[in-house]
Amino acid sequence: MPFIEATAVAKSFPTRRGAPRMVLKDVSFSAERGTFTSIVGAMGSGKSTLLGILAGLTTADSGSVVVDGEPVRGVRQDAAVVFQNYSLLPWFSALENVRLAVAAAFPGMSRNVALARSRAALEQVGLGNAISRRPGQLSGGMRQRVAIARAFATEPALLFLDEPFGALDALTRETLQQDLLRLGSSTERPVTTVMITNSVEEAILLSDWIVPMLPGPPATLGAPIAVQLPRPRSTAQLAHEEVATQARASVVATLTALGRRGRRFPGHGGEDAMHSLPVAARETR
Amino acid sequence: MKRFVHLLLPMVGVVLAVLGWWGASVLVPDLPSPLRTWDESRLYILEPLVKRGETDQGIALLAYYSLMRVGRGFLLGILIGTPLGFLFGVSPLVSRMFDPLMQVMRPISPLAWLPLGLILFQKSEPAALFAIAVCSMWPTIINTMMGVRAIPQDYWNVARVLRLSRTTTFLKIIVPATLPYMFTGYRLSLGIAWLVIVASEMLTGAPGVGGFLWQEYNSLIYAHILLAIITIGLIGFVLDRLMGLAEARLRAI
Repeated sequence: MPFIEATAVAKSFPTRRGAPRMVLKDVSFSAERGTFTSIVGAMGSGKSTLLGILAGLTTADSGSVVVDGEPVRGVRQDAAVVFQNYSLLPWFSALENVRLAVAAAFPGMSRNVALARSRAALEQVGLGNAISRRPGQLSGGMRQRVAIARAFATEPALLFLDEPFGALDALTRETLQQDLLRLGSSTERPVTTVMITNSVEEAILLSDWIVPMLPGPPATLGAPIAVQLPRPRSTAQLAHEEVATQARASVVATLTALGRRGRRFPGHGGEDAMHSLPVAARETR
Repeated sequence: MKRFVHLLLPMVGVVLAVLGWWGASVLVPDLPSPLRTWDESRLYILEPLVKRGETDQGIALLAYYSLMRVGRGFLLGILIGTPLGFLFGVSPLVSRMFDPLMQVMRPISPLAWLPLGLILFQKSEPAALFAIAVCSMWPTIINTMMGVRAIPQDYWNVARVLRLSRTTTFLKIIVPATLPYMFTGYRLSLGIAWLVIVASEMLTGAPGVGGFLWQEYNSLIYAHILLAIITIGLIGFVLDRLMGLAEARLRAI
């Protein structure tokens, strides 16, 4: 049984006038324990909405989300989320931002232990000498490092990443991706990670599975594509590996082919294709 | 050069205003000229801390009484207003319940609240505090409420993702996020409290700048009225600047 299993999820948002806009319709998704799955799609395709539903930040209109056999109601105790815009509290230091998460995750922990743990988490991402700085005094990359440290400091079993490197420049992005790979492999218990991204390269570098998201509305998911590359991986290695090239080709093919089909038949044809997809997605697993 | 002009221009404004005052005093015989005002007020300004009688006191002492009264009234106002603002901010239900009432009570003049205070408390001092508190708390309530409502979704997400308790969310997220708005409210509230002081001291005859003003009007010493008016304006200006500084420091975070 998959660790995360979402079945027939639908979500629509009210519009100022007229019918509500259906963002997700009949979306099914699953991830095995300890795997890294990326949902890749264009901006505004409903990826963040889906992640919000999986993480328990948003409730779906219909369908079910089950994690570890329990239906998701609100954010789970063992889940951590990293947002694109860092979501740090600007009035606290980096250390205090992390400590707040640690204290909330481990209520019985003494203040000193929590502080030591937070400090260690920040050292892990190379921010050992910036712990007393406020987010406003840190660069974008450093802020996202704090957010990543905050997520890992609570030893999550589930990690949701909402375009975590989307706001960063290419070089910073690459070092942070490496940090994330390193942190993910160094935890004691397996972390099941779901990441949203619009970069196919990033998805190939980090993931075990890539799920293309096809733009709607309503958006649907394509068949998962396995990335069977040994770890540790590096960006340089990805440029030459046959497996990476194949994965890249099939992700791009799915995204463009189905995107085109959806456009050509905005009525029945497009809808039909979308209905059948989630089922196919589950069967290929 | 530019800085010099920026310093000079306000001076020119003051000089023009004094000239206008002087012109008006020529036309209206009862209005003391600037020079006569200074002559008759000198004692109060040069010996600001001397107490000669219940209302016949140095201007600093009078200002001190008024400031104390305003301070207490203002404190009472924000002690009531801040929690109400938070309550209205977090609960749309409560805010909808009391919004119309608030809109009706907000424009009521201090002169109208004061008699009600006298009926409620029987004594003039608590009545004055009541009037100051009731008139000055609205900007605090409204700004605190707006501050809570303006908290970005990001911060609420932090609270939900970290599963912070209600108390922790309030202390670590809602209060710090609202603080700049709260202080804007406090600054406006203090301004109103200072406006109310004159009215309440006039009606209750309490010692202070406002009481002094009214008494000197009744004693036909018009120069002292002008002294009181200028004092009230200057103190109000300083109070606003001080609160503005506190506010700016909070916004810098």
